Amino acid sequence: MNDVDIKIKEIDEKIKKIKDFMNSSGIDLSGEIESLNQKKNELIKSLNPKSPWEIVQIARQKSRPNYEDYINGIIDSFIEFHGDRSFRDDAAIVGGIGFIDKFPVTFISHAKGKNIEENVKRNFGSPHPEGYRKALRLMKQAEKFKRPVVCFIDTSGAYCGVGAEERGQGEAIARNLLEMSDLKTPIISVVIGEGGSGGALALGVADRVFMLENAIYSVISPEGCASILLKDSGRANEAANYLKLTSRDLLELKVIDGIIKEPSGGAHNDAELTAKNVKSVLIDALNELTKMDVNDLVEKRYDKIRSIGVFLE
Amino acid sequence: MWKDLFVQRKYATLKVTKKNDFIKDENVSTDNIDVDMFTKCPSCGEILINMDLDKNLKVCLKCNHHFRIGSKERIDITFDKDSIEYFDTNMKSLNPLGFPGYSEKLKSLSKSLGINEAVVTGRGKIEGIDVCFGVMEPNFIMGSMGSVVGEKLSRMFERAIEMKLPVIVFCASGGARMQEGMLSLSQMAKVSAAVKKHSNKGLLYISVITDPTTGGVTASFASLGDIIIAEPKATIGFAGRRVIEQTIKQKLPLEFQTSEFMLEHGFIDMIADRNKMKETLHNILKIHMGVKGNE
Repeated sequence: MNDVDIKIKEIDEKIKKIKDFMNSSGIDLSGEIESLNQKKNELIKSLNPKSPWEIVQIARQKSRPNYEDYINGIIDSFIEFHGDRSFRDDAAIVGGIGFIDKFPVTFISHAKGKNIEENVKRNFGSPHPEGYRKALRLMKQAEKFKRPVVCFIDTSGAYCGVGAEERGQGEAIARNLLEMSDLKTPIISVVIGEGGSGGALALGVADRVFMLENAIYSVISPEGCASILLKDSGRANEAANYLKLTSRDLLELKVIDGIIKEPSGGAHNDAELTAKNVKSVLIDALNELTKMDVNDLVEKRYDKIRSIGVFLE
Repeated sequence: MWKDLFVQRKYATLKVTKKNDFIKDENVSTDNIDVDMFTKCPSCGEILINMDLDKNLKVCLKCNHHFRIGSKERIDITFDKDSIEYFDTNMKSLNPLGFPGYSEKLKSLSKSLGINEAVVTGRGKIEGIDVCFGVMEPNFIMGSMGSVVGEKLSRMFERAIEMKLPVIVFCASGGARMQEGMLSLSQMAKVSAAVKKHSNKGLLYISVITDPTTGGVTASFASLGDIIIAEPKATIGFAGRRVIEQTIKQKLPLEFQTSEFMLEHGFIDMIADRNKMKETLHNILKIHMGVKGNE
């Protein structure tokens, strides 16, 4: 622990003492607590140059590189495939095949648009069940032809709507989790922007999970969390601190395997350089994973998923 | 004619408080009534005597409304007496994110409910047939899934693989537990992976969906049973009703996201009343074991 960590811990203890005192005496000292929290946040900031809330803003930047930038920057001879063979083609997920360096891969990504027309077409990157079913179809195809699967995650969440429920949003996500857990080919996932809850995880069960430095990955949006637990969606800023949704936090919690560096200020400042960074991480991972025996690979994937969680026994 | 209007009628005055406005008999004084003896059905408004309600497995005698029940009651009405061996009863949640208020919440709930977490797992018999089970506790932070729920369920599926037993999970959950952040979300993948492993061994998994089953639990193991059974009129869905209404700016019909809705759209196999559940499960298990009739 460094000095700042120790200071933060001291503040936490102080806050706890004040809260206990408040409970026993009934005297309102919430002002005290607030100023201590402020102090604490400043200390956290000094450790990490950007606050979680600032990172949330970067992850949601309209000009942040999207699926298209990465396809152009990383994949050679990309061919897009469409449809779930059951209901329709969901443009909120893009999938196809191509080369990353010497490796033929199946590439699947949430697709956020960069302008309003494209976002309307792509439903702002929020898939319906048929999007997840298209993804699964392409993954099963990759397994058949022994191609590694590369998934990019960039969604505020699976779509919440009548059609989505009627066609089984829950079932579609669940099916992906189940099938991805023992798909007999390497899977690599990269959170490039927003990783919103179950709709993100449905492309995120993988042998290696990476996050771009300023991407976020969360069980619920900070706004949602604030409105449910803090009863005020305006306190999203605060909720973002609690949720531990940044790449650093999630590496520490062993939810992800690595962080991919972004150009200073964020990926939007240099999409080409960001894609280059992502590509080199992918090539390393592909080199490693394609050498493994596929049964070992699947077993290791199971152990990895299995080990996530913190509890007392 | 006018005279009639002024005729003094005889009325009895009742002392009726808002809470127990069910007393209709004018000879009964409300003062001596134990309020805990009655329950008002939230669906049809019928006043039910608790003893009758309990005897009927907490199902309204008038309208068949299935009241939510806790894990203890569920286990009592489902498994043979004295057949149960519990798994991992000492496993407890920590507060890995340091989420404000979470530790206190866990402490007070385990004290008031007498269980450590939102799922109880174990092994038991249904009419003599061995199964492993998970029963979720809707009263424990809305039955939400954090690290402990994911770990207990995964271990239970793994033990079922070792013992070559079928699994039955009674789902009731608000979804992934916010207070454990991404660790909670990851439990969806973890349990789904364990379901797949169990399934790969040719073993049977029956998911029983009870009210309410939403979010991350719908989007993982609840939807992955070989056979999925629901109790009548249970809420089943991915997104919360209010969230959808806010997104589409419309009111949703009452039957949206119910068991009946899910049956109609092809996402569950059947709906079974609570008093037929044990029998239904037993019949399915028997067919899977190739046991006909009462052999």
